[in-house]
Amino acid sequence: MSNMTHLTKGLFKENPTFVLVLGTCPTLAVTTAAMNGIGMGLATTFVLVFSNMFIALLKNVIPDKVRIAAFIVVIATFVTIVDLVMKAYTPGLYKTLGIFIPLIVVNCIILGRAEAFAQKNSVFNSILDGVGMGLGFTLALTLMGSIREILGNGSIFDIRLISQDAKTILMFILPPGAFLTYGYLIAIMNRIKERNNI
Amino acid sequence: MDLLTVSGSPHVYDRTSVSKIMWGVVIALIPAMLVSFWYFGLGAVVITLAAVIFCVLLEYLIQTQILKEQTTISDGSAVITGILLAFNVPSNLPIWQLFIGCLVAIGVAKMSYGGLGKNPFNPALIGRVFLLISFPVDMTLWPLPIANRLVLTDAITGPTSLGVLKEGLLNQETVPELMSKLPDYTQMFLGNIGGSLGEVSALALIIGGFFMLYKKIITWPIPVSYLLSVFAFAGILHLINPDLYIDPLFHLLAGGLMLGAIFMATDMTTSPMTINGMLVFGFGCGILTVLIRVFGAYPEGVSFAILIMNATVPLINRGFKPKRFGEVVKNG
Repeated sequence: MSNMTHLTKGLFKENPTFVLVLGTCPTLAVTTAAMNGIGMGLATTFVLVFSNMFIALLKNVIPDKVRIAAFIVVIATFVTIVDLVMKAYTPGLYKTLGIFIPLIVVNCIILGRAEAFAQKNSVFNSILDGVGMGLGFTLALTLMGSIREILGNGSIFDIRLISQDAKTILMFILPPGAFLTYGYLIAIMNRIKERNNI
Repeated sequence: MDLLTVSGSPHVYDRTSVSKIMWGVVIALIPAMLVSFWYFGLGAVVITLAAVIFCVLLEYLIQTQILKEQTTISDGSAVITGILLAFNVPSNLPIWQLFIGCLVAIGVAKMSYGGLGKNPFNPALIGRVFLLISFPVDMTLWPLPIANRLVLTDAITGPTSLGVLKEGLLNQETVPELMSKLPDYTQMFLGNIGGSLGEVSALALIIGGFFMLYKKIITWPIPVSYLLSVFAFAGILHLINPDLYIDPLFHLLAGGLMLGAIFMATDMTTSPMTINGMLVFGFGCGILTVLIRVFGAYPEGVSFAILIMNATVPLINRGFKPKRFGEVVKNG
């Protein structure tokens, strides 16, 4: 396995959202708009890259029995950084994402990658894996956010596509719309994978 | 049809088939359809036709283009979904919204699960609830009957009787005061009230129901237990405080209860298989309907109640398994 596959597998083949189905809580909750998707995705990517890096660095020092607790401490450190930085520089986005920023601590993707990848691989590969998985997550969230924003609100990245008072399908910015969109995107993803034998 | 059909026992010959049952339901829906044409005129005709055409066309396209399988539109189930969805919307709903409703009903609620007989929820109700939540304004503008027969848009609208009741109670009015604003029971029985296309006339729906009972398309437990439990629960509330809770007869005649109890809750795919199961199912629908109508945010609760109970059907089927022939009864 070359180094590049560690980077690219997260984008499509092992996309954390559509293939591994990890981190569904923020996926369903924050994707009411495309911008939220990007914000949440990038925040998670930052945490993921650095937690992967540090866990790969510390993998020989962390005793096996307390590894989950140790991972959480590492992850929580970076989440705190993201939390404070976003609070200071992007207060608007911070307000919309709300509780889901601190909740990155318990995001399955990050702990999952630490368990499944970073603690067994080299530092460089772990960083590549973190970048790939994080970007895959960001892409997925932005895609879902765009679809839901277009259908439910008639806009994308806050640019209005139709007039202010035109009727839109409200269901898509409500929770059931999230499940619907998510389900059909996974179905389409499976279909593409099946067709191309990936 | 193949000349010879290979199937499991028992090999009892019967003339019924899926398509015969489905077209039977369509015939049973005709009285209510004629009533809706009479009261809501052109709008009703356009909505019903459009919904049927959309549903059949969408089912055909999904089956041939996406699933690449033999099309089954001739069995009439898409026609029923179309008519029932049309029955559940106001007669001046914009056509594009109706199309979205049909797309959700056929595409999401039916074909995504694998088609006829595999859907856990009633497709027409899913379509209606999707529209109700997505377009709350258009879905709750009810054209008044008769006055709007010849207009397609800009109809004179008014609230449904359940809407009047909910609004009035929120404004601290008591039920006896509100009675003068509500239509009298004869009008409600005949259907001369504002509402969705097919729900207005209890009489026409009951005629259709008896036709289906006679043809053995539906059985009695679900409608009877549904209507009785609504009557009993609403009656108890009415006896406790007649100022706050309207009498049970109103609940029976208002809104989509008759349509739901006779045509929606009895859908073969989405209702339990045994008589005991059906009684529990109907009872649950009844209690939920009254709970939502009386204590919920929405004035009408039939569609939500039936969908919630649809979700419990697998559990009910598990709980009320029929005894196998020859099984020894425990402690018997």
